[in-house]
Amino acid sequence: MVIRAVLIPILPLLAFVTIVFFGGALKRKSAWVAVGASLASCLLAGFEIANVIGGNTLYANATWLVVNRVPIEFGVLIDPLSAMMLFVVTFVGSLIVIYSTGYMHKDPRYPRFFAYLSLFLFSMLGLVLSTTLVQMYLFWELVGLCSYFLIGFWFEKRSAAQAGRKAFITNRIGDIGFFLGIATFFYATGTVRFVDIQPELAHAYAGSWILPVSALLLFSGAIGKSAQFPLHVWLPDAMEGPTPVSALIHAATMVAAGIYLVARLFPLFHAFEITSQVVAVIGTTTALGAAYFALTQFDIKKVLAYSTISQLGYMVAALGVGGLAAGSFHLMTHAFFKALLFLGAGSVIHGCSDVQDLREMGGLRKSMPITFWTFLVATLAITGFAPLSGFWSKDEILLSAFNHQHLIIFWVLSLTAAMTSFYMFRLLFLAFFGKTRGKFHAHESPVSMTIPLIILAVGSAVIGLPGSPVMDHWFQSFILGGHGEIHHVNSFVVAVSTAMCFLGLLIALIFYIVQPELPKKLAEKSWLFYSASQNKLWFDELYDASFIRGFKSLAGILFRFDERVVDGCVNQVGFKTVALSRVKNWIDQYMIDGLVNFTGWAVRTTSGIVRLLQTGVIHHYLLILLLGVLVILYTVS
Amino acid sequence: MGLLSWLVFTPIVGMIVIMLIGRDQHKLIRNLATFTTACELLLVIAVLAKFDLSQTGMQFAERALWIPQLGVYYHLGLDGISLIMLVTTGLLSFLACVASFGIRERVKEYFALYLLLETGMIGTFVSLDLFLFYIFWEVVLVPMYFLIGIWGGPRKEYAAIKFFLYTLAGSMFMLIGILALYFASTPHTFNMLALGQNQFALHFQQMVFLALFLGFAIKVPIWPFHTWLPDAHVEAPTPISVILAAILLKMGTYGFFRISYPILPQAARWFGPAMGILAVIGIIYGGFVAFAQTDFKKMVAYSSVSHMGFVLLGLAVFTLTGFQGALLQMFTHGLITGALFLLVGVLYDRAHIRDLNSFGGLWVKLPVYGGILIFCSLASLGLPGLAGFVSEFMVLLGSFPVYRWMTAAACVGILLAAAYLLYMIQRVLLGSLNPKWAHLKDISAREIFTLVPLMILILLVGVYPKIVLQYIAPTLEALVKSVGGTLA
Repeated sequence: MVIRAVLIPILPLLAFVTIVFFGGALKRKSAWVAVGASLASCLLAGFEIANVIGGNTLYANATWLVVNRVPIEFGVLIDPLSAMMLFVVTFVGSLIVIYSTGYMHKDPRYPRFFAYLSLFLFSMLGLVLSTTLVQMYLFWELVGLCSYFLIGFWFEKRSAAQAGRKAFITNRIGDIGFFLGIATFFYATGTVRFVDIQPELAHAYAGSWILPVSALLLFSGAIGKSAQFPLHVWLPDAMEGPTPVSALIHAATMVAAGIYLVARLFPLFHAFEITSQVVAVIGTTTALGAAYFALTQFDIKKVLAYSTISQLGYMVAALGVGGLAAGSFHLMTHAFFKALLFLGAGSVIHGCSDVQDLREMGGLRKSMPITFWTFLVATLAITGFAPLSGFWSKDEILLSAFNHQHLIIFWVLSLTAAMTSFYMFRLLFLAFFGKTRGKFHAHESPVSMTIPLIILAVGSAVIGLPGSPVMDHWFQSFILGGHGEIHHVNSFVVAVSTAMCFLGLLIALIFYIVQPELPKKLAEKSWLFYSASQNKLWFDELYDASFIRGFKSLAGILFRFDERVVDGCVNQVGFKTVALSRVKNWIDQYMIDGLVNFTGWAVRTTSGIVRLLQTGVIHHYLLILLLGVLVILYTVS
Repeated sequence: MGLLSWLVFTPIVGMIVIMLIGRDQHKLIRNLATFTTACELLLVIAVLAKFDLSQTGMQFAERALWIPQLGVYYHLGLDGISLIMLVTTGLLSFLACVASFGIRERVKEYFALYLLLETGMIGTFVSLDLFLFYIFWEVVLVPMYFLIGIWGGPRKEYAAIKFFLYTLAGSMFMLIGILALYFASTPHTFNMLALGQNQFALHFQQMVFLALFLGFAIKVPIWPFHTWLPDAHVEAPTPISVILAAILLKMGTYGFFRISYPILPQAARWFGPAMGILAVIGIIYGGFVAFAQTDFKKMVAYSSVSHMGFVLLGLAVFTLTGFQGALLQMFTHGLITGALFLLVGVLYDRAHIRDLNSFGGLWVKLPVYGGILIFCSLASLGLPGLAGFVSEFMVLLGSFPVYRWMTAAACVGILLAAAYLLYMIQRVLLGSLNPKWAHLKDISAREIFTLVPLMILILLVGVYPKIVLQYIAPTLEALVKSVGGTLA
């Protein structure tokens, strides 16, 4: 059965390779290669999931590298947690691939889009099936790469290209922590296998700082990938990508990888007070902050993007307060309703001639009935109306916080629930109710798009049931494998969460249906509160002014330093050598050679004078002889 | 005559034949040179096939007395370290030769010098006698000087002289070191293996290490001896840049593996932390400066400074994993940066400009070129699944237990690589197409031919690194033991 499991990621990889090499010949048929591969791996995943539900765990490994005599392995691990992820990725993934055949039909780079989607599915499935931290890190980077390509799919647009780069770099910052976390963990424990990460292993290091540090470093990878504070800035920009991509990668699957990582390492995080607290606080902060930013956005996809960040924060907070099952449960339900919301938004954008601004929409309820009804289901699901899926999973998270005595977190998350309800209904009312404000003729989307919407709507409605009392909390006991405690419904928590969603709905109703003038007035009155939300607390501006500008100017300074100082020294040595040799040349020419020449000159001059005597005339010699004799005689006497 | 001698002298034979041909027969000369480098590659493959994986010592050894008065031997031999460099040299020399078809001026001289260069490089990697090693080391210098100085860009004279003098200054120190070793050993010998058996005093080792270090550091180049590199790269013709980056730089780090470490182990460990610091500075500094570049080729050149820092870091830590990573990085950097320089050349041949800011949107016009450029850039930025990741990963894992903070700092280099490479991709390929480049043609079949083998290897090593590691692991294990490093 290992081969069957390995085929689950390999099939999309084959689709990718096929489209890369034959995309030119296949043209529009490339889409069917991708659809076929994703459906086939969905089917294979179904068999494996059935196997896991039957109580079997699949685990197989092969050595990839040997480091310090410890084998670093690659393989497949299918246990309840990865089975849940497999279900989400292959099922939602297939639907989104099908949806894309309609959504992207006019795009000139149609085959390339499906190549990327297939590569993404391969990487994501490889990540889900990982048996070691190293394998997960590898596929983690690969999904990041696919995200980079798909965000920048319309790369002619400068903003899209920028957004892709921003996503990749921001993620890499987190990934450096991830890598160092792997290294610390590896050198502390001598293993990178997930199966070895058990409570006993963590307890053996109680009182030592090494594992908490390594856990926090690993968590920074999750902060990047799941867009948690303070690395959340890339996800809203990632909406530059085509909408199916936003649904698949930036809502349902890839951004959940951070949650999956924390869930996989749950025994490690849970073993230390500090790590679980950090996780809970980061998650709660993100949930609240992103919900606050979502309140005032006008771009339909931006609202959903902040909503995604907020919901991911919910899941992280759940894991932080000890709710492994709650976090995983919300991951699954969120994948359905958020994918549906994005696909619905895509359908709206598609139907409104690429308009994304909520202020131009309105009244789409009539022209796009299927989109409207499915969107409504998704909205009710995310805001947590019983008995739709979001109700059960959100309740489960609030319950974990409540039962574990994290009351501040409980109340903050409840407040977030009210805010979620408000911004979601605000979106719904602005887009689908009232009168159309823009100048376009809205139309319903083709069948290839509406069928996935309907399937996801059904899913969003019922996928919560396995975790509800209706099915006796089957999902929780499945994930926990009978090890953890299962929380039973607490009527206080249910009352609070239901009250919160009605509160949000009520305010949205007043603001956008009953008194549409009210929001504007309020915005003017409390402009600081409003513009802080609108500008997302100026995080981008802050990062831009500090890190990015600092980075660029440091690069420039170092380059000038290199040219002027380091290379300057080298050139100076060269120039000085040349100058020195000139001086030496002068000395050589005028002093040393001068002396030699002077000697020669002196000899020649003297001899020139003396030569004058040598005339060859006898009587001259006789005269000189006579003079000489006279001189001698004179001196002698 | 053994296989290694064939390897060393085949290019010389090719060179002599080329010198006998009329200077106008360009096609014949090109084909002959390509044929020679292809033969050379086949010989390398033959060596690879015959190489005994279980052995840690020298294989294919050849030894003959050459200068009896000085005790100089013609001594060749090969272990895993040499083998990996031999493969790099054989492959890249062949591919760069095919990439040289664009050379139009003084074809005869070009290919003659090119083949002489190959002899020098191969000889350097298989010499086991220091005297012989020094000769081959210098043999490399001369053709390189002319190849940059004659076929280079606008500032070729400056770059060529800088390269020549700088490297020569380094080799002068190296020569002093070699002579010191010769006179300190009893009996006097240039034999590297015999020198390794000597136990020199620490102080002496340190002095000699420093002298050799200067020679090697300039070649690598290690920060702050790197400034000849960007100039040489920018001015050199494309194939020569490829050779320079892929092979010549490795001669420096090869020197550490082959000479400094086995012969001067205590000094090497003593200098380890200092080398680690220089490595980390090089990694980060090179990355930042690469980011600031507007010249495509200069950016790749500075990225080499950063990536070669990883080799030095792996060398500095004295763990098996670190050494493996360092040697693997020498190989993968050769593949990746070689490919990147080829790609810079492809673009330069068409646009006659390398200013990154003047491009934009080329992916629409050059889809295949864009795909290959992105593939190679991803390999360079250390994407898992491609070769660069494995070697950098191993270096970092190997250095982590030894120098924790230095490793953390070196990780910043990985971030920087993503920053400058993606920034380059954005400026060249993405955005809207500059109408100035609407006439550009996509990459040609010959150019693809030079890149595909590199890409296949990059992927292969990235997915299945054992394919290379099995050749180098036994040798490096022995080396780690002999320098007193840690295996675990």
